[in-house]
Amino acid sequence: MLAYLIRRFSQAIFVMAVMATIVFFGLYAVGNPVDLLINPEADLAEQEATMRRLGLDRPVHVQFGYFLNGLMQGDLGTSFVHNRPALELILSRLPATLELAFLGILIAVGLGVPLGMIAGLRPEAPYSKLIMAGSVVGFSTPNFWQGLMLIMFFAVFLGWLPAGGRGDTIDVLGIPVSFLTWDGLSHLILPAVNVAIFKMSLVIRLTRAGTSEVALQDYVKYARARGLSPRRVIGVHILKNILIPVVTVLGLETGNVIAFAVVTETVFAWPGIGKLLIDSIGLLDRPVVVAYLMLTVFLFVMINLIVDIGYSLLDPRVRIKGDKA
Amino acid sequence: MTVTRADTPLRRFVADYLTSPLAVVAGLGLAVIVLLAVFAGQIAPQNPYDLGQITIFDGSLPPGELGFEGFRFWLGSDEQGRDMLSAMIYGLRISLFVSFVAVGSAVLIGLGLGLLAAWRGGSIEAIVMRTVDIQLSFPALLVALLLLAALGKGVDKVIIALILVQWAYFARTVRAAALVEIKKDYVMAARAAALPQWRILFGHVLPNVMPPVLVIATVQIANAIAIEASLSFLGVGVPITEPSLGLLIANGFDYLLSGRYWISFYPGVALLITLVCINLVGDHVRDILNPRMQS
Repeated sequence: MLAYLIRRFSQAIFVMAVMATIVFFGLYAVGNPVDLLINPEADLAEQEATMRRLGLDRPVHVQFGYFLNGLMQGDLGTSFVHNRPALELILSRLPATLELAFLGILIAVGLGVPLGMIAGLRPEAPYSKLIMAGSVVGFSTPNFWQGLMLIMFFAVFLGWLPAGGRGDTIDVLGIPVSFLTWDGLSHLILPAVNVAIFKMSLVIRLTRAGTSEVALQDYVKYARARGLSPRRVIGVHILKNILIPVVTVLGLETGNVIAFAVVTETVFAWPGIGKLLIDSIGLLDRPVVVAYLMLTVFLFVMINLIVDIGYSLLDPRVRIKGDKA
Repeated sequence: MTVTRADTPLRRFVADYLTSPLAVVAGLGLAVIVLLAVFAGQIAPQNPYDLGQITIFDGSLPPGELGFEGFRFWLGSDEQGRDMLSAMIYGLRISLFVSFVAVGSAVLIGLGLGLLAAWRGGSIEAIVMRTVDIQLSFPALLVALLLLAALGKGVDKVIIALILVQWAYFARTVRAAALVEIKKDYVMAARAAALPQWRILFGHVLPNVMPPVLVIATVQIANAIAIEASLSFLGVGVPITEPSLGLLIANGFDYLLSGRYWISFYPGVALLITLVCINLVGDHVRDILNPRMQS
């Protein structure tokens, strides 16, 4: 087990190192950010001064050395545009994204699991077919267009909810949150629904497949035969056994939700890290893009590591096979 | 379903396919969509990128309105007086072209590397499969987005980014299927007959790994279309001179709040119908080809 852990950890570090290299040199190729940042009227001396201030006058390998050195110390450079440490900038935007992601997942599970169970228990009923048809549409709808349609219907046509922005926030433990004020909540609903619809379709499919399988198992038949109420059979015996795959997939999808927030945040002008990334790409704000990337890579490597270790704890076969390879 | 006598695999497949009316409708819809895209120049009422055919006087007309010169804009027009229906048919062509080329190339790369990994094993297999694992642990949209941030806009660049995010699915599928096939008797027989390696691989193993590859390819085409549309919407996809459905939607975004919904709405509907048709066809093909479902 220890050998497995060590190998898995060194693998994770290796992936991080490879990504750091690719990211740095990939972005180095994009172009000179100074062209965008400096007033075109500025003379050569001013340009050079800015280059020097930002460290852009050094050779690539020296810049890369600085970058690696900073990376080890958690310093990912300073944003060219905002003039703040890139990591600090991203972390300041992170709560908005997390709030969106969690509410989205909550809606997806809260509605998706019951709907999937209904469809799984009565697969031939018309309403079950409707649910499944809905999930195919939800699965296929491009996220950004769906967001536009939500804005069109609820903000422009009905005028019930605001079209974008974050609204009022209240600080809880020093972190601004939206869901405690009506204004904040009204700004949060549409983006969260937009995040939720795709995940909900996924949850419905998983739950339905699980339910139709579990409903035929002997222990369910036995529970029914014992005269337990249908509510107890469905709520305890079936629900508990379908949640395992749902939880696994949702765990893996959390990273995806944060990544796909790029689209939703752009549509709804939600000030999270995804919007920051798109803006920074547009402005060639290299340190912020690099910091975002390294943070995402770190996040994904960690999620995969935890999932893998979790599996190896639960299923010795994975570990043994892994030890041999 | 009637049992056909001469049971060729193709005939069995077609017979199975026809059992689902929904899948048949989706298949027909998809055929119409592909034809529209291929013959865009002949079918579209107007060439939306020929400046001689559009006039600014027809700008922002709602659906069904008659234009300045008596041309009827069934789905409205955009700011420059472009017929949305025509722009959509042309956009569809670009969306489909990008995704078909990308998925086609990704299939070829995946087949090559997957077969190689399964056949050779050892360190080649380890390198290919570790790369696949790493690649697939990051969301495709994000990888493509950052690649394009580095490469810049362009149809060719979008295709490159899509190939890079999709080859891994095929390599993994091909390797898994090929490992199963290689152990089977017919490969053993081919080896015993001292056939050259390339003939065993391409003549015998390859045809037998194709069914799962086809299923994944269908799903991935839908994915590629959606990713391309998202990238174009985010402003890193195709250039403004070659607008795909996604870029048309993005262009309409600015007019949405002032009530000119049709510029974004109809291209989105077209995109949605395309994706639903492909997904329905893909679902059904998977059910047919999945041995576990054939009880």
